[in-house]
Amino acid sequence: MLNPNNVTVSVVNQPHFIENGALEIPMYQVLNEQGDVIEGAQVPDIDKETALRIFDTMQFVRVLDDRMIAAQRQGRISFYMQCLGEEAAITASAAALGDTDMIMSQYREHAALHYRGFKLEQFMNQMFSNEKDLGKGRQMPIHYGCKELYFATVSSPLATQIPQATGYAYGQKLAGKKECTLCYFGEGAASEGDFHAGLNMAAVHKVPCIFFCRNNGYAISTPASEQFAGDGIASRGLGYGIKTIRVDGSDALAVYHATQLARKTAVEDNAPVLIESCAYRLGGHSTSDDPSGYRSKDEEKQFGSSDPLVKFKHWLEQKGWLDAQDEQVKLEELRKEILAAVKVAEVIDKPVFEEMFTDVYAEMTPHLLEQMNELKAHIKKYPEAYPVTSGRIV
Amino acid sequence: MARINMLQAINSALDITLAEHDNAVVFGEDVGIFGGVFRATSHLQEKFGRDRCFNTPLVEQGIIGFANGLAAQGSIAIAEIQFADYIFPAFDQIVNETAKFRYRSGNEFNVGSLVIRTPYGGGIAGGLYHSQSPEAYFAHTPGVKVVVPRNAYQAKGLLLAALKEPDPVIFFEPKRLYRASVGEVPEGSYELPLGKAEIVKNGEQVTVLAWGAQMEIIEKAVEMAEKDGISCEVIDLRTIAPWDFETVVQSVLKTGRLVINHEAPLSCGFGAEIAATVQEKCFLYLESPIIRVCGPDTPFPLIHEKEYMPDHLKTYEAIKRSVNY
Repeated sequence: MLNPNNVTVSVVNQPHFIENGALEIPMYQVLNEQGDVIEGAQVPDIDKETALRIFDTMQFVRVLDDRMIAAQRQGRISFYMQCLGEEAAITASAAALGDTDMIMSQYREHAALHYRGFKLEQFMNQMFSNEKDLGKGRQMPIHYGCKELYFATVSSPLATQIPQATGYAYGQKLAGKKECTLCYFGEGAASEGDFHAGLNMAAVHKVPCIFFCRNNGYAISTPASEQFAGDGIASRGLGYGIKTIRVDGSDALAVYHATQLARKTAVEDNAPVLIESCAYRLGGHSTSDDPSGYRSKDEEKQFGSSDPLVKFKHWLEQKGWLDAQDEQVKLEELRKEILAAVKVAEVIDKPVFEEMFTDVYAEMTPHLLEQMNELKAHIKKYPEAYPVTSGRIV
Repeated sequence: MARINMLQAINSALDITLAEHDNAVVFGEDVGIFGGVFRATSHLQEKFGRDRCFNTPLVEQGIIGFANGLAAQGSIAIAEIQFADYIFPAFDQIVNETAKFRYRSGNEFNVGSLVIRTPYGGGIAGGLYHSQSPEAYFAHTPGVKVVVPRNAYQAKGLLLAALKEPDPVIFFEPKRLYRASVGEVPEGSYELPLGKAEIVKNGEQVTVLAWGAQMEIIEKAVEMAEKDGISCEVIDLRTIAPWDFETVVQSVLKTGRLVINHEAPLSCGFGAEIAATVQEKCFLYLESPIIRVCGPDTPFPLIHEKEYMPDHLKTYEAIKRSVNY
């Protein structure tokens, strides 16, 4: 009998249905809730410098998020998204990559960008849409991107980056550079058709891509229980023929180790890997929603007990790599630096109005040039109506 | 009558429909207990249960595919796409399926009981992906009707009509006006006609036309122009497909001039279709070229939102150009 599948099919003579959940997918965990290494757990090979850099980024993002939510409430920026609860998942996965591995993110992964070296003022310039923003003020706050740091610019539509990551990784394989692409997305985005397209093509075309699903339990207000009926996202990887692991996303060591191993598979075997990282979204989806409208305080309390920062900090202290008092001082300094950076970024000029018309195409087309000139004349006529740009029109 | 905003008016239309028809179903991303990201579906799940109002997985092509199937079965399918900017994964289902269900089957099957509701448009600091006005893509697709209300009263009456319409309708809701547009709205059921433009104000010298959120913009421009002594006729197109060319043509035959305003980019925007038809039907009556005041041919920028918008000042200038040609 011709076998169209990729594995040997055994034949049975009684009808045999496989039940949902028949395959148990465990979750890899190194640290317990307090941050102690669980007995028998495989601890990754991680040096002090890397571990502290991971912690610094986690801490930076925690403080940045806190300050910028306050800034949004004060009306200084229009929108914000925090990654409260997911700091370990994002930072430790980024830390396991090479510097020139590509990162294609969804939108809640600014920790990865910070780990790569994106500076405080660069974050601010983007959020305040000023003329120093690499994205020229065109996108909403938190839509970062930086070519130099191999971090693709965020696009609001969900899951579109997944098949793109597959294509990018195919190019990396073709170039023979031993690099990979890491693609972040949420468990909600995994419902989009692009998820299927991206993972299936990655498996068929054998690309060095790590699909990192942040299963944080919520897509805006929709709980995972209303998002899918199967065993999370991990169970799907196997259907595509993709090596898959599930990790505790609040455990920096487990995430780091899993991603290290995934990278090895991706780069050495030219094979995609799916990581399902589970870490509860402790905050709202964005500053535009209030979680009390769709989930209980009890639920938040239950999951909030597993704080990735607390756990990792405890482990670092146990190792003797971190001094609690030093940290307190550093934290205070960081808060001050962020406040100062806000004040600087918000008064930097906004991009000139011509930037509205550039980059639509590589070269400005004649019709755009005409529209730009018409608009220029109009703004000159009514300068007070366009205060952001009129002052700099010559 | 009660003074309510557009979200409440839409909510009321949905409420009436769910109460009247046991086979009416509301679904989309976050429309359940949360009541939608804008709260248009508030309390519907509480009132009608999870089988009648529910969250779907996050998959627009799935939402509309599901809606096509549900409507084909005979239920009233009321699908929400959270932002019009996110309707494109469902483009295939809409363009190739929704629009052609009746035609391809020789009227054996249809999805006439489908309404797709989706918030569109700029003015909320939404940048590239929470600001677009994609009505022209769908107006280019024979088989779907495209409706855009301008205020709370219109929204309820047009939505209730769309829900009774025997053809599938895409109902674009101007999200900038969701809470800003407040007015007297009857508590009960009423319908406003689809495919029929409304002359909002009579005038003699120039016809000024828009739809949806841009109506208040052109009305502001017209106020300025009238102070200059220019008599303007103001038309709300209301339905983009099929659009009411008769009302527009009659108006232009009288005024001899036409200014069209839409938020979407100029090139291939629906204004182009209107201009082409009007010049054909009113050629000898035109006193000046038809002017389109539209978004430029760029994506919708965040920081330059004000500059991008076809605002009242640009419209006012266009009205003067049209009259002084």
